[in-house]
Order: sequence, then structure tokens, then C-alpha cells
Amino acid sequence: MAAHLKKRVYEEFTKVVQQQHEDLSAKKLRLTKPSKSAALHVDLCKATSPADALQYLLQFTRKPVEVESVEGVVRILLEHYYKENDASVRLKIASLLGLLSKTAGFSPDCIMDDAINTLQNEKSHQVLAQLLDTLLVIGTKLTENPAVRMRLVEVACKHLTDSSHGVRNKCLQLIGCLGPVEKGVAKEAESQAAKDVQKIIGDHFNDQDPRVRTAAIKAMLQLHERGLKLQQAIYNQACKLLADDYEQVRSAAVQLIWVLSQLYPESIVPIPSSNEEIRLVDDAFGKICHMVSDGSWVVRVQAAKLLGSMQQVSSHFLEQTLDKKLMSDLRRKRTAHERAKELYSSGEFSSGRKWGDDAPKEEIDTGAVNLIESGACGAFVHGLEDEMYEVRIAAVEALCMLAQSSPSFAEKCLDFLVDMFNDEIEEVRLQSIHTMRKISNNITLREDQLDTVLAVLEDSSRDIREALHELLCCTNVSTKEGIHLALVELLKNLTKYPTDRESIWKCLKFLGSRHPTLVLPLVPELLSTHPFFDTPEPDMDDPAYIAVLVLIFNAAKSCPTMPALFSDHTFRHYAYLRDSLSHLVPPLRLPGRKLVSSPVSPSIVPNEDPSQQFLHQSLERVYNLQHLDPQGVQELLEFTIRDLQRLGELQSELAGMADFTATYLQCQLLLIKALQEKLWNVAAPLYLKQNALASAAAKQILEETYKMEFMYSGVESRQVVIIHHMRLQAKALQLIVTARTTRGVEPLFGMCEKFLQEVDSFQRCFISELPHMQGSFVDKLLDLMPRLVTSKPSEVVKILQTTLRQSTFLHLPLPEQLHRATANIIEPTGESDNPLRFTSGLVVALDVDATLEHVQDPQGTVKVQVLYPDGQAQIIHPKPADFRNPGPGRHRLITQVYLSHTAWTEPCQIEVRLLLAYNSNKSKASAKIPKSTWSESLEALPQSENGIEGTIPFSKPVKVYIMPKPARR
Amino acid sequence: MSYLSVLFLRPGAGQDVGRSCILVSIAGKNVMLDCGMHMGYNDDRRFPDFSYITQNGRLTDFLDCVIISHFHLDHCGALPYFSEMVGYDGPIYMTHPTKAICPILLEDYRKITVDKKGETNFFTSQMIKDCMKKVVAVHLHQTVQVDEELEIKAYYAGHVLGAAMFQIKVGCESVVYTGDYNMTPDRHLGAAWIDKCRPDLLITESTYATTIRDSKRCRERDFLKKVHETVERGGKVLIPVFALGRAQELCILLETFWERMNLKAPIYFSTGLTEKANHYYKLFITWTNQKIRKTFVQRNMFEFKHIKAFDRAFADNPGPMVVFATPGMLHAGQSLQIFRKWAGNEKNMVIMPGYCVQGTVGHKILSGQRKLEMEGRQILEVKMQVEYMSFSAHADAKGIMQLIRQAEPRNVLLVHGEAKKMEFLKQKIEQEFHVNCYMPANGETTTIFTNPSIPVDISLGLLKRETATGLLPDSKKPKLMHGTLMMKDNSFRLVSPEQALKELGLTEHQLRFTCRVHIQDPRKEHETVLRVYNHLKGVLKDYSVQHLPDGSITVESILIQATAHSEDQGTKVLLVSWTYQDEELGSFLTSLLKKGLPQSTA
Repeated sequence: MAAHLKKRVYEEFTKVVQQQHEDLSAKKLRLTKPSKSAALHVDLCKATSPADALQYLLQFTRKPVEVESVEGVVRILLEHYYKENDASVRLKIASLLGLLSKTAGFSPDCIMDDAINTLQNEKSHQVLAQLLDTLLVIGTKLTENPAVRMRLVEVACKHLTDSSHGVRNKCLQLIGCLGPVEKGVAKEAESQAAKDVQKIIGDHFNDQDPRVRTAAIKAMLQLHERGLKLQQAIYNQACKLLADDYEQVRSAAVQLIWVLSQLYPESIVPIPSSNEEIRLVDDAFGKICHMVSDGSWVVRVQAAKLLGSMQQVSSHFLEQTLDKKLMSDLRRKRTAHERAKELYSSGEFSSGRKWGDDAPKEEIDTGAVNLIESGACGAFVHGLEDEMYEVRIAAVEALCMLAQSSPSFAEKCLDFLVDMFNDEIEEVRLQSIHTMRKISNNITLREDQLDTVLAVLEDSSRDIREALHELLCCTNVSTKEGIHLALVELLKNLTKYPTDRESIWKCLKFLGSRHPTLVLPLVPELLSTHPFFDTPEPDMDDPAYIAVLVLIFNAAKSCPTMPALFSDHTFRHYAYLRDSLSHLVPPLRLPGRKLVSSPVSPSIVPNEDPSQQFLHQSLERVYNLQHLDPQGVQELLEFTIRDLQRLGELQSELAGMADFTATYLQCQLLLIKALQEKLWNVAAPLYLKQNALASAAAKQILEETYKMEFMYSGVESRQVVIIHHMRLQAKALQLIVTARTTRGVEPLFGMCEKFLQEVDSFQRCFISELPHMQGSFVDKLLDLMPRLVTSKPSEVVKILQTTLRQSTFLHLPLPEQLHRATANIIEPTGESDNPLRFTSGLVVALDVDATLEHVQDPQGTVKVQVLYPDGQAQIIHPKPADFRNPGPGRHRLITQVYLSHTAWTEPCQIEVRLLLAYNSNKSKASAKIPKSTWSESLEALPQSENGIEGTIPFSKPVKVYIMPKPARR
Repeated sequence: MSYLSVLFLRPGAGQDVGRSCILVSIAGKNVMLDCGMHMGYNDDRRFPDFSYITQNGRLTDFLDCVIISHFHLDHCGALPYFSEMVGYDGPIYMTHPTKAICPILLEDYRKITVDKKGETNFFTSQMIKDCMKKVVAVHLHQTVQVDEELEIKAYYAGHVLGAAMFQIKVGCESVVYTGDYNMTPDRHLGAAWIDKCRPDLLITESTYATTIRDSKRCRERDFLKKVHETVERGGKVLIPVFALGRAQELCILLETFWERMNLKAPIYFSTGLTEKANHYYKLFITWTNQKIRKTFVQRNMFEFKHIKAFDRAFADNPGPMVVFATPGMLHAGQSLQIFRKWAGNEKNMVIMPGYCVQGTVGHKILSGQRKLEMEGRQILEVKMQVEYMSFSAHADAKGIMQLIRQAEPRNVLLVHGEAKKMEFLKQKIEQEFHVNCYMPANGETTTIFTNPSIPVDISLGLLKRETATGLLPDSKKPKLMHGTLMMKDNSFRLVSPEQALKELGLTEHQLRFTCRVHIQDPRKEHETVLRVYNHLKGVLKDYSVQHLPDGSITVESILIQATAHSEDQGTKVLLVSWTYQDEELGSFLTSLLKKGLPQSTA
């Protein structure tokens, strides 16, 4: 049965498309072909001077050309090409040829011969280069055809001896993009030209023109990317190129060396001027390290970036990168890092340094000092000290990647990373803090390092401070003094920047739970308890005191002896905090008390499943009951929706899922209600009120479906199809309602057609999902499609109405993870009674700070809406740079909104809220339809869903009190 | 073979720190690099001895130009003396910031020597002004044509604002003079940079020839931490500095730190010279580092928000503060006054950011002396903390090597350093780069022989003809060409022989070689010829071998004729004749024919 159904569906499908296709192409052929090419022909013949001809060609370029007429146009262009004497016009024609062969759906093999022929007689180097470019375009369109590729490569090889760099450049590019990659095939089939692409390209590594050298290296890289295994012999050539005079050559050569080092990490290369041999990856690493002190910063960035991905390098090479032998007057000197370490290990606390403390100690053997090492010595030391911050960032990133794979290296690079916390550019500081966080599993901070890290807590930039809090969340501290220091500095931070409260508490929570044994000896001091005297009870609302308690309670969780040290009020405070800040304070097993939290802590874990079970059960119930009498269904739906909403409030993990299903059921309920109305049995005009109700329902369903599609992250195509299906039903409902209320048939024609188009596009988008939708509205509709297409609007409406009522309602499968996008505006708080005063006509900047969760691509979708009391609304697009990404799935928007208005007599409140913009064109479903590249200007897609754009408010509005004053004269 | 000589004027910069004055003659041009003075002397020895350059006759006639690398007095202090008192009217080149700041320093120096110390026979303010009128300012990377042959070009050198390295070029010979430079960027200046200009000689400073310095970040962090801690404790920080250079760096460092950490304690800067200089720093933003250049649109970093001008009365204010005061070695002036006031309190701190000469208060406290005897037999007890921080803007050994690697010179010459240290560096340079390295003493002349390439004009026709014969021209390999070199009117030209003959009015002579080869062949002459023809045709496939109707054979332009031997009819004599140009082919043919004809063809 299922197979039969499927077959039928496919039959229907092909039928429809064929019909459409036929009349489409027929129309276009008749309309466009003669006019386009003929007009061009006439224009070009009319042209009296090269300038004229160029002008015509330029105009022609602006208009799109249909697939069918491309070939004709190409022929005409070629004809003119042969006649044309002026090189610039020929150049333009050549470039047009390339552009035209890019047209989607056009297969350029028919014009390839002509294009190759034109090459033969061409004298101008520029035109030659352009023609080769055109061939490249043709070649890339015909990659499946090896014969064509071979031929093009042959042509390119022939022109490699050209004296112009541009032509050689293009030839190399062409060989790189089209050269044969499969070794075996190339050898037997096309013996001559396919010789050895690598050798041909390699010969041009020594070209006299730097641009050609660069192109040769790039071509080689291109070959690598296409899957050809490069020969190891190239390595030596590439190494020579590292000393090239031109930066682009060096930059490309660094890349090539990197590629080779990844291909042949273990092969052995000799060290020049000695008998030793080392692994290739080590040698390459040394060479790239050397480039970190190159003269050009572009090369330096490139080199520093690539270092990060060379993880196979041996550890002693790696550690050299952080090593820089210091000396002063030929005597060995210890670095500040070494001194700090020594100071630390000798147990002496940091004292003010005395003159001569850093005085050099031992004598150095002059012969042993290598000033410019061939090895990796000090590469990162140089990279981190570089003048350009781009290089520094690249170096920090590389350091991060290498440290993640090597714990011992992580330990070593710590000092340098800590130093970067004091960089002059904020981006670099931030990057190094993030890096440190990423490698924090591998490291333990020494006290002096912690000291430096904590000093940054006073930074005035909020991003830095928050990044640092995140870092502290996952650092290991070695001593109890360290913990104390961290706490003191965090409290200092808290007094200086009270807004950091939440972040600091969170940080202390993790700090406590990570180091319970280190916190334990500190408890009496922190709680300022005394063995004999009662100390005054601290203020419960003091954020600093709460911070201390958070630290202690979290440590106490895994340290059962700790509660014995608490005084009475501490227990009271615990109870209070456990309630008010439950996300920060863990459940504790307290002595002498009823284990308030005991049912929560160990046994709750398996119990969490029931809530999910409950969710599924209630849904199951709904889906099973679909055939019952309408009244019962409605009631059940209402109850289930209520249950789900409540569940969402209670269980934050399931909130997304529950809300999502509740919304879906809500839609279903609305649909059922709308269809239940009696109006369907009565003549339309009499029941205007009911009509209003049904159309409102349709509208609301539409809105809800958009919310479902765009506001949740983790929605899969299975859900999307159901959402679209629901939308389709709503549209059908809308159509029926309008049909009943409007008189005359004329407007209905358009609507029906549009609806049918939508059904059609639905079918195309979700063809794979259709088998799952038996008995649904769309399934039935597709069965009736042939009838619908031919019948009159009134009949269509009738059919729709019955199908809508008969159709069953679809089971909504739940995805693994579903999260609702939420936004929370932190600032403005909306509590201020002082109006923001500004002169009318001028602007005032309002700082907006919001957290976004589970928003995909916030840069593109999140907008700020400002609603003025006069109903005027304003939508502001924040800059992409205003979004920070502190963690997966979380975003932070810190932006400024400019407000302005004419003068008011008294202060009034405006509303600020965040909107989520969507575009149904960009939805997950239609992304699957391949879009043609040539079609920016052209309506290539039959746009059924005309790209409905809209916005969904997804944050609570915040009221801001403002007062535009009249300007003083 | 050409040469290039470098002469150091006593007391010049050779093997000594303190004053620079170098005379370079390059391809007949004389250029003076820097015109510094020695701060240690108060007599004639403080200025270079210009009589070295020329005993009689004016300096202007002898020198083509003077180049000043930066505004430090040991590089430009003798300039007014040199141009106004000794007499020089030629051009003096320096960068724009140097030109702006140099007169301020000279004037200050003049004031101290003349007004304070009461010296006579010194240059006057007017002389400084006149001297500056002779200065031509140059931009970075701008090629300045001094005269038709001599050109100079400035590169960024870091070190201080406006410091530059200069490339001096005559024809294809060139010298690069670095002046003082810094290869690691600091808070306000970038790192020195030069392109791969491959000069014949690189004259580089070598102050820190034997030092490899630690990362600057540690130093900065230490400095900031100390200042921060003292200020938090409520103490006062005194930082004695010299007016220009490091002072600005430290200001920027503190200013950004204050900004970042939101600190409120005031920072003061002693007025006068420094204020004027700050003005120029604000102006020449393009000469500073990336950060300042990029952010100056929002805010010019030299417009200090937290740093204010100092007034004498502020020193007694309660509460924490940071004061920059001149001079840097605590030997006199404001810094010493403040030091006396604050020395008694252990909460306070003094940070010495640079080197102190022996005998100064700075040196004493740094070496740990806690009781100082001031003038008037007063004993000053130093209770405040004393810290030393080295902030120096010279390249260390690694930096010097890095610059050499960037520029790829053929010879290196070390100046501005101590002999013992330079010896080490010299050895290293020779070992690593395989180039000659020199380290002349004062008054010594070093001569370096160069191998100049001589450009020759070639006619286009000839070039095309010659390149057509070979493959693509390859820049990396020398290519052999045939032509006639004509040296006429001081110019070299490579022309084709025909043209040369025409121009010189000579007739062409042809040189022809003729050779007889005997072949044993009993047949008739024309049959022999036919056999020879077939044989040659078989061997020389790529050449055009023709059998002419008159019975002779031509291979390209070589003629072969056969005659019967007059005595022995069985022997045929082959006459082979070729021109000088075809020597190669001709000798090949004769040797081929001498081997005889193959029997198989018979």
C-alpha cells in the first residue's frame, strides 16, 4: 500500500512539473531569444568606434541573459571578436564569454572549441590572459569531463612560455584548477600532456616574475586541495622560496611548506652543513618559526597561524619556541619568569627587588651562543612581542592550539600567556584570556601567576572582566593563599563594579566546588567566627557576604566536615540563599537538621525522567484521541496545553520542548475551533462575526507557525514539514473565509492560483517527507490536485473545505534538543524614575545590554525595537560587532540605541524590546533548493513563498522614561 | 673594482658609545652621517675634529651632504658648531620630527652650557636658527635626489620619535646607516624596518652587542605593579626621567594603565621642555606605533587625560601621586628636590628607569646607599623604596642580527659600542651570514672594495635577436650574448657587429677556414659527391644539406667540393670551407669526413 502510494505521489509530481516546464520554456523561447542576440548584433554593428562598442557591451552586461539564448549570444560575440581590431573591446568580449558560460544550466562545451581557437591568433597579452580566464570558467563548469580538462591543460601548458606574467599566471591557475589529480588514469590515457603537472608547475617556482612564482605555488596548493598528493621533492624548492624577495611569494611558500609537513611528517631530511638528520615536520616547524620574524607582517601572521596546527612536532622543538637565552655582557641571565619561579619555589614571598637582583650570573661560552638559530628558538617570544596586533593574536591562537594538545607545553607557555594579559590592545588581552580558559585543564596556576591574572580584574572593560571570571571558573589553584587572594580580588572587583555581581557569584561557585580542601582552612577567617566570642551577624543583603557564602557552601558540598565550622546564623543564611539563589547554592547535607534537601540530591536524578515521560504521555494521549468527538478533543487539547505550559515553567530543561508542543497543539485547537463554527453551513453574509473569529484564528496560526519555525533552535526538517503543513492549513482556512465573504470571482482567481502554487512548492520542498503524512490535509489535497488545477475557484474552495475538515491531525515528532530563543534585557532596567532628558531634535544614546540564548546567527536576526508613546515604532539593526559570544548557544548584545523625538510637554515612557527577524525564504526548508548563481538580478526561482519577512518579539519590553525638551532659543 | 671608504672623526662613534660622526665616501661622493657631541667633555674634545675632513678649503666643497639620524645630542649636538662656526652651507637632511625637536634640545643644551656654566665661545641661539634653515626634511621611504648621482632614502628606526635609518646610494653602490634603532616595539613607537635592499655596507650601532633582552612585557608589568601597589598604599612615586624618549613611553604606559584600571590618583609631569616635546609627539602620529596610529581618530594618546602639569607646590600635597621629573639621574633640578622631600617616608618609592652615571645621587641610591650626604653637610636618610627598571630603546644582539637578515648587506660595520662587545658580535655575524664585518676605531679609515655591476645599453634589435635563439630569459642565470661592446663618450653600449662597423666606418673582413680531406674512393667525382651528400644528409638531420647543380654541397653556409687527386685517381680530395662564425659546425664536419664514408652506402 505504502509503495503504491509513494509511486502515485511521484507520478503526480512529475506530471505537474512537466506541464509547467513546457509552457515556461516555450514562452521564453518565443519572447527573448531573437530580441536579445539580435539587438546585440545590431548594436555592435552600429558601433563606429571601439569606445562605442565598449559602451554597448557594458550595457549588455548589466542585463541578464536566459539560459536558452546564451549560445546565440556567444556566437555573435565571437563573430565580433574576430572582426575587432581594438584590444580593449576584445578583452571585454573575452570577459563576457566567461561571464556567460557561468550561466546556470548552460553547458559550455559547445563554445569551448571556439574559445580555444581564439587563443591561437591573439597577440595582446591582456586579452590572452582574459581568454585563459574564460577557459578556466568553462573548465570548472565541466570538471566531470576528463578529456576537456586534458585539452585545456594542454592549451595552458602551451602558453606557459608566454613573455607576459599575466598569461603565465592564468595558465598556472588553470593547471592548478584542472590538472589531472588521479595518478593512474593520467598515466595511461593522456600520456603526453598530463606528463607531470607537478613538475610543470614546479618549474615555475623559479620564474623571474614574483607574481608568477606566487601563482605557481598557489596552483600547487590548489592541486593539493583537489586531492593530489604532492611529491616530497618539492619541499626543498619551497624552502628556497622562503628567502624570496617578495612577501606574497614567501607567504604562499610558508603555506606550501606547511602542507608538505602535514603530508610527510615522518620522513627524514638532512640538516645542511651538518651530518645530522631530522624529521621533516620538525624541520618545517623550524623554518616556519623562522618566518615569525620576517620583515613583512603578512608573512608573520601567516606563519604564526600555521604554527598552531603543527601538532606532530616533537616536544623539544616545541619547547624551544618559548626559549630565549638571555644574556647581558656575555653572561647568562635568568628571565623574569625564571626568577619568579625560583622566588616561588624557595618559599620567599615577593619582596621589593633590589638593584642588581637581576644581575647576570654565569659566564657564557661565546661559541655556544647562537644568535640567529635555524631552529625554532624563541619564535613565540618574538611573535607575542610583535608590533602588529594581528601577529600577536595569531601567535596567541597558535599557542592555544599547541597547548591543548601538549600538557607540558601548556605548563611552559603559561607565563607568556599571563604576560599577554597586559597587552595594549584589548582584543589581544581578551584572546589570551580565552586561550587560557581553553587550556585550563592542563595547568595549575602558581601564586605569582595568579597575582598577575587577578590584577586584570580591575580592568575597566566589562568583556575582559567577564572573560576573566569565566577563566577563574575553571582554573586550578595550588594553595589556600591563592584561593584567599582570588576571593579578596574578586570582592575588590565587586565593590568597584557592582554590576558584575552575578558573574562574580558564579565564578566563586565554581572556585569553591573545585577546591573544597583549600577552602576548608579558610572558613573561620572568611566567616569571621571566633572560638569564644560571638561575632555580629553579617548583613544578609551584602553582595560581598553572599559571595563569600557562595564560595563556602559550594566547597562544603564535597567536604562534610565544613558545616561543623558554621555558626547558627550561617545555617539560617544557607536556608535563605538556597531558596533565593538556588542556582548558586547547592543542596547540603547539614548535621542536626532534617535533611531538607536529601530527597532532592541523590534520588532525584532518576526521577528527572518522569517529567519527560509525562510530556510524552500527555502528547500520546492527544494523538490517540484524534478521532473522538470534537467536544472531547477540544477539552483534552486545552488541558494538555495547560499542562505543558506549566511543565515548561517548572522544568527548565524541558521548557523548549514543552512550549514548542504546546504551541503546536494551540494551533491545532484554533483550527478545530474555527472549523467547528456553524457558519460553514449557513450563507456567508449572515455570519460576519463568526467570520471574523475564523479569520483571526487563521492569522494567529500563521503567526504561531512562524514562531515555531524560527524561534526554536534544534528544529529538524521533520518538524519543519509539520509546521509548514500547519501553515498551509491556515492558508487554506484563510482562502475559504475570504471566499465566503467576498463577492465576485475575480479576486478569487489570483488567490486560488497562489494557494495552488504554495501546495506545489510545499510538495517540492518536502517530497521526501510526504510518505509520513498519510491521511493528512496535504496528502488528500495532492490526490485531488489534478482536479483542483482545472476547476473553478468556487469548486476549489468547496474541495478545500471538505478536505480540511476530513483531514487527520499530524503527530509531531520531538527532536532530541529543542530550545526556545530567549532574550533578557539587563540594561536599561526600567526602574529609573529620572527621565532621560535631551533636547528635541537631537539624539540621545541609550545603552542596551541584553543576553540572548539559543539564537542562531544573532547578527542577522536580532533587532531592537523602540516604541514611542505616539505609536511610532523604530527598528534598529545592531552592528555585528555588538554581539559577543561568551559561550555556546549564548550571546550577548551590548549596543547603543539612538533615540530622538520632537518635544514633549512631560516625560513619558518608551518601550524597548528585542525582535527576532525572519525571512521565510531563508528557512531551513527552502535552503535545500539549490539557488543559481547568476540570478541576483533575475527571478530564477519561481518564488511561491514570496519571501515573507517578519519579526517576532522575543523579550519582555522594558520601559524607559525619556523627556525630549524643546530647544532653547 | 671600486671602493667605498668610511672614516670616523675623532671623537667619532667607532668603538665607543657617546658621539657619532662618520664620514663615508662612496663612488666619489662624500657624505657625513650624524654630527654628534660628547656629553662627558667640556673642552674642544666634545665636538668632532672637523679638520680631519679637509685641512684647507671649505667643508661645503668637500661634503656632498650631511645626514642626521635622530635628535639625540650625541647624534646632532655638534651641528650648529659644524655648520655655523666651522662653516658648512650644503644640505643637511633629517626627518620632519627630528627637524622639529632638534632645535629645542640644542637650545636647552646651549642654555645649560652658556647660561648656567658660563662658557663662552659657544654657538648662539641665532646660530641654531641659521643652522636649521639649511635643513631639508625628508619623509619615510622618500627617495631624495641630493644631486644627479647621489640619492638617499629614510627608513623607520623606532628608538625615538623621528629616528630613521638612511640608505645612501650612488649608482649601484649603496650604504645603509642605521643610527640608533630598536627592533622590539614599545608602547609608543614601532619596530625598525628595512626592505631587502642588499647594500654594499651596513653601518649599524651595537650598543647592546652582547645582550639578549627579556620580554618587555615582564618589565612593563613589574613597573606597573610597583606603581600600582605604592599608589594603593597611599604612597608617592617619583620617576626621574630625561625629557624626551623614554619619558613619553612611560607616560603612555601609565596613562593606559590608569584608564584600564580606572585609577584616580593624579599623575604629574614636570613642565618645560617635556611639555613642548609632547606637543610634537601629538603632531607626528604617523611616526608612532600601530595602536596609537589606529586609535588617534577617537583620541590622541598623547593628549593625556590623567597626566597633568606639575607645580612645585603639589609635592607637599597629601595622598598618593605619581610624578615624572627631570633630570633622569637625580643629580640636580626638580627631580632631586622632590626626592629630598619624599625620601624620608617608607611608603614612597622612586623608580629609576635608566642608567645612572657614577657619582650621581641616582647611582648612589641604586647601589644601596641609604644615607646620602647632600650639600651643606646635611645627611639625608633614604627610607623610600628604590627600584630600578631598565627601559632602553636600542636593538639587542638578536635585533641587530635580525636587521642584518632583513637587509642582506655584503659587508657590515659596527659602530657605537664597546670594542670588547663588538668583537663578539663581529665573530657571530661572520659566522652566521658569511659576510665581512669591520669594527674600526676612532680616526681609522676602513676601505671596502665593492664589485659594482656596470650597466650597458643594448640595442633592442640585438636583444630580441639574441633572446629569440635561446629559451625564455631567466633572471637567475647569466646569459651569453654575442655583440660588440662600444665604449664611447663615457657610455657603454652593446651593439650588433654590423652596426659597430658602420658607426666606426670600418669595412668587414671575412675569415674563412679551408681544409682538405682525402678520401679513398675509386668512383667518379660526382658519384663521390653524391655519396658524401647522402652520408651527411643521414647524419645531420636538423640542418639543411643541399646538393648544388655545380657539383658542390652546402651544409648551412659551409661549402664542400670534391676533386680528383691529381696523382692518384682513387683518392678524392674534399675541400671544406667555412667562415669564422661557423667554426663549430665546420670542425665537426671535417672530423666527420676524416673518418671516411661508411661502406654500407656503396
